[in-house]
Amino acid sequence: MSASALRDLVRGAEALCFDHAFPSVRAWKERTRGLAIGYMPIDVPREVLHAQGCLPVGIVGGGEMEIIRGDAYYQSYICHIPRSTVEMGLGGALDVLDGMLFPSTCDVIRNLSGMWSMLFPGKLVRYMDAPQDFDPARGGVFLRDALESLARDLEACGARPLEPARLRASIALYNENRRLVRDLYALRRAAPWKVPTDELYLVLRAGLVLPVEEHQALLRDYRRLVETAADRRPLDQARVVVTGCFCEQPPLGLLRTLERSGCYIVDDDLIPIHRYLQGDVEAQGDPLDALVRAYLEDVVAGPTRYIGEDRKGRDLVERVRRSGAEGVIFCAASFCDPALLDQPMIVRAVEASGIPWTAFKYSENSGQFQVIREQAGTFADSIKLWSGA
Amino acid sequence: MAMSRPPSDVHKDSSQVRQKRMIADHFARLARASESGARCVYTFVPGNLTELLLAFDALPVLPEINALQSGMRGKSAEYIAVAEKAGHSEDVCTYVKCDIGMLKSGNVGPTGERLPPPDLLLLSYTGCFTFMKWFELLREEYSCPVVMLHVPYQGEGRITDAMRRYVVDQLREKVIPALEKATGRPYDEDRLRAALALSARAEDDFVWVLQSARNVPSPIDAYFGGVYYIGPIFTSFRGTPEAVDYYKELRAEVEERLRSGRGPVTPDGEASEERYRVVVEGPPNWTSFREFWKMFADEGAVVVASTYTKVGGLYDTGFRHDPARPLETLADYCLGCYTNLSLPSRVDLLSAYVRDYRADGFLVHSVKSCNSFSAGQLLMLREVEGRSGRPGGFIESDLVDPRYFSAANLKNRLESYFQMLDQKRPRSAP
Repeated sequence: MSASALRDLVRGAEALCFDHAFPSVRAWKERTRGLAIGYMPIDVPREVLHAQGCLPVGIVGGGEMEIIRGDAYYQSYICHIPRSTVEMGLGGALDVLDGMLFPSTCDVIRNLSGMWSMLFPGKLVRYMDAPQDFDPARGGVFLRDALESLARDLEACGARPLEPARLRASIALYNENRRLVRDLYALRRAAPWKVPTDELYLVLRAGLVLPVEEHQALLRDYRRLVETAADRRPLDQARVVVTGCFCEQPPLGLLRTLERSGCYIVDDDLIPIHRYLQGDVEAQGDPLDALVRAYLEDVVAGPTRYIGEDRKGRDLVERVRRSGAEGVIFCAASFCDPALLDQPMIVRAVEASGIPWTAFKYSENSGQFQVIREQAGTFADSIKLWSGA
Repeated sequence: MAMSRPPSDVHKDSSQVRQKRMIADHFARLARASESGARCVYTFVPGNLTELLLAFDALPVLPEINALQSGMRGKSAEYIAVAEKAGHSEDVCTYVKCDIGMLKSGNVGPTGERLPPPDLLLLSYTGCFTFMKWFELLREEYSCPVVMLHVPYQGEGRITDAMRRYVVDQLREKVIPALEKATGRPYDEDRLRAALALSARAEDDFVWVLQSARNVPSPIDAYFGGVYYIGPIFTSFRGTPEAVDYYKELRAEVEERLRSGRGPVTPDGEASEERYRVVVEGPPNWTSFREFWKMFADEGAVVVASTYTKVGGLYDTGFRHDPARPLETLADYCLGCYTNLSLPSRVDLLSAYVRDYRADGFLVHSVKSCNSFSAGQLLMLREVEGRSGRPGGFIESDLVDPRYFSAANLKNRLESYFQMLDQKRPRSAP
C-alpha cells in the first residue's frame, strides 16, 4: 500500500516538475486571482512575494523539451537554460506568469532580464542584484531598499501591500519549509537507500511550482512514506557529494545514472533555493530587517557569492565530512561560468583534504549517459577498492 | 576595394608615439616598483578608479590589458594551454586563462619585463561576473589583501540614489581604508579632486574625437583605431596631465585630418575611400587584430561608432568626472560603464549610434569569452535592425584564444555582409 502511495506521490511530483503548461500555477491563479511571479535560479526572497499574496514560481529551464526558437537567441557557447526559458516564454507556456525576477546569478541570467523586458513588454521584469558587500550598513541598506522597491512594484501590479505581520507569517512558513527539506537531507545522509536522489529532486523541484503550504504537505508525506518503505535496503555504494548543478538542472536520467552506477548521493546543489538560507530567519522584530540579515549572514558559500575570506572550498570540504561522503563529483552545466570558474579553486581545497573527486559536464537536455555511467562507476569502484576510508 | 596608401607611406602620428612612450614608461615604473617602493594595485578596466589610485601614488595593473597584449604578441595560446592544463575549463573566459597562464609562466608583461605582484587586489566588480571569480583566483596565487567594490547593475536602465549611495559608502568605508593600508598614505581628497578635473578635460577631447566620426567621410575608425584612442583614458592615465596632453594632441591631429578631408589610418596606410559606414557592437579579436582590421579596411568599411570603446567609461552621452562630487562621480562613472547597462539601454545606445553617425549598417562581433557582452546580442541585433531600418550582421570569434578565430569564415561573412549593404543602398533613378 505505502509502496504504491510512494510511487504515486513521486509520479505526481514528476508531473508537476515537467508539465510546462504549469497546471498547478494556473489552478492557483483561478482559485486566488493572485499574481504568479516567476524567478530564475538561484534565489529570490520568496517570503516577500508570499506575504503580498503572490505565488513564487521557480523556472529552472525546460529540461528535455524541444528547442526551436530559443536557439535563435543564443550563440553555441552559451549554456542551455536561457534557450529553454526563452522557448517556454515565446511558446506561451509562461503567459501564466505576471512577472519574472532575475537574480544576480551570472551574466547570462542578468542579460536575460533585459531580453525579457524587450520580449514581454507588458510583464513585470526585475533584476534582483544581491549585495556582495555583506556589511549591514552598506549591503544591508542596499538590499532592504531593493526589497522595498520590489514590494512597491508588486503592489503596483495588483498585489497587496507588504505588511510586517504578513511577512512574519510568511517567514515562519518558509522557515518550516527549509526545516522539512533539511530533515530530508539529514535522512538521506543517514540512509541514502531510503531517499534516492531522483525522488528527492522531484519532491524539491515540485516545490518551485506549488504554494509553500502544499509543498510542506508533500515533503511530510514523502518523508512518512520513505521512512516506512521496508523494501528499501542498503547497497554497498560509494557515498558522494554532487556539486556544481545549482542553476541549469541535470536531466533526471543523469541523477538516476549516478546512483545506478554505484554512488549514493549524500549531498548536492540541486534546486538550491530550498537550502540557500541555511538556518531559520528570525520571526521577531522587523521582519524585513531579519530577512536582510539572513541574506547577508546565512547564505551558502556558493559560487555566486563573493568569498572575501580564505574559505574557498572550505564549505564543500565541510559538507563532505558532515555527510560522511567518500568523494566529490563536480557536475556542472556546460558553459556555466560560476561553476566552472570556481572549480579549480574548489578542486584544490578538495585535493588538499585528500578527498577523491571526478568531474564532468552536462546540459539540461543531455540524453546519453553511458559515458557518465562508466566514469561514475569507475569512480565509485576506485573509492570502494582503494580509498583509505 | 578601397585604395590605401602602401605601407611604406605609413607614419605614426605624434599622438601614437606619445602613447607608446607613456605606456612604456608605465611598465618601466611597474618593473622598478620593488626598488622604488611604489605600491601596485591590480584592478579592472570597467569601473577602474585610476584617479583614486593616483591620489595614493599607487600604480594600476590591469589584467585584461595584459591578456589582450599577450594576445597581440602571440603568447595567449601558450598561456591558455598552461591554465587549461592546470584545470581551468575550456568553456570559460580566455582573458582569465591567459592571465593565469601568464602568471604561472613568470608574469612577464608586454614589455618583456616581469610585472610586480599586487600589494592590493582592487576588485571593482563592474559589469562582469567573471571579474569576481578572476580575483578570487588571483587571491589564491598572491598573498595580498583584496578589497571588493560591488557596483550594482543598471537593471532598470537608470542609476538610483540607493545604487550611488551603496557604491559611495563602499568607497568611503572600505576601498579608501584599504588603499591607505596598502600604500601607507592618508587619503587626500584635494589630490583626488585635482585628478578628476584633469579627467574631465581629457574626456572632453576624447569625446570630440569619437564624435568626429559623425562627419562623412569619417576621419577616424572608431573601433580598430578606437582601441588605441581609449588606451590612456581606460587604463593608467585618466586623471593625469599626460592624458590631457595626449587627447589634446590627438584631437588636433583629427581636426587636421578632418580639415584636409583625410580618412582614417588603416593597417595599410590611410584609407582613401569610405564605402561603408558601420557601427560595431562587441570587443575585437586580439590574436589576429591586424588581419581582422584589414577585412574591414580592404572593403572600404569604416567603423564610425563602437560599444567596445565605452567599456571603460561612457562619456559621449554626457557624463564627465566632476571634482565637486569626488566619490559620487566615481560611483556614477562605475555605474555607467557600457557592460553595466541593461540590454534595452544598450539597444537604445546602438540605435542612436546608427542614426547619429549615419551608418549604413551595424555589426555584432560576438566573442565566446564574454557572456556579459554576448548573451542577448542576437536579440539586440533584431531590435536595432527593427528600429534603425539598417541591416545587421553577426560574426563570431574570441578575445585571445586563436582557436576560435576562423579567418576564412569571418572574411566570407564580412564580404557577404558588405555586399548586402550595397544591395540595400537606395538606388538613384535610372
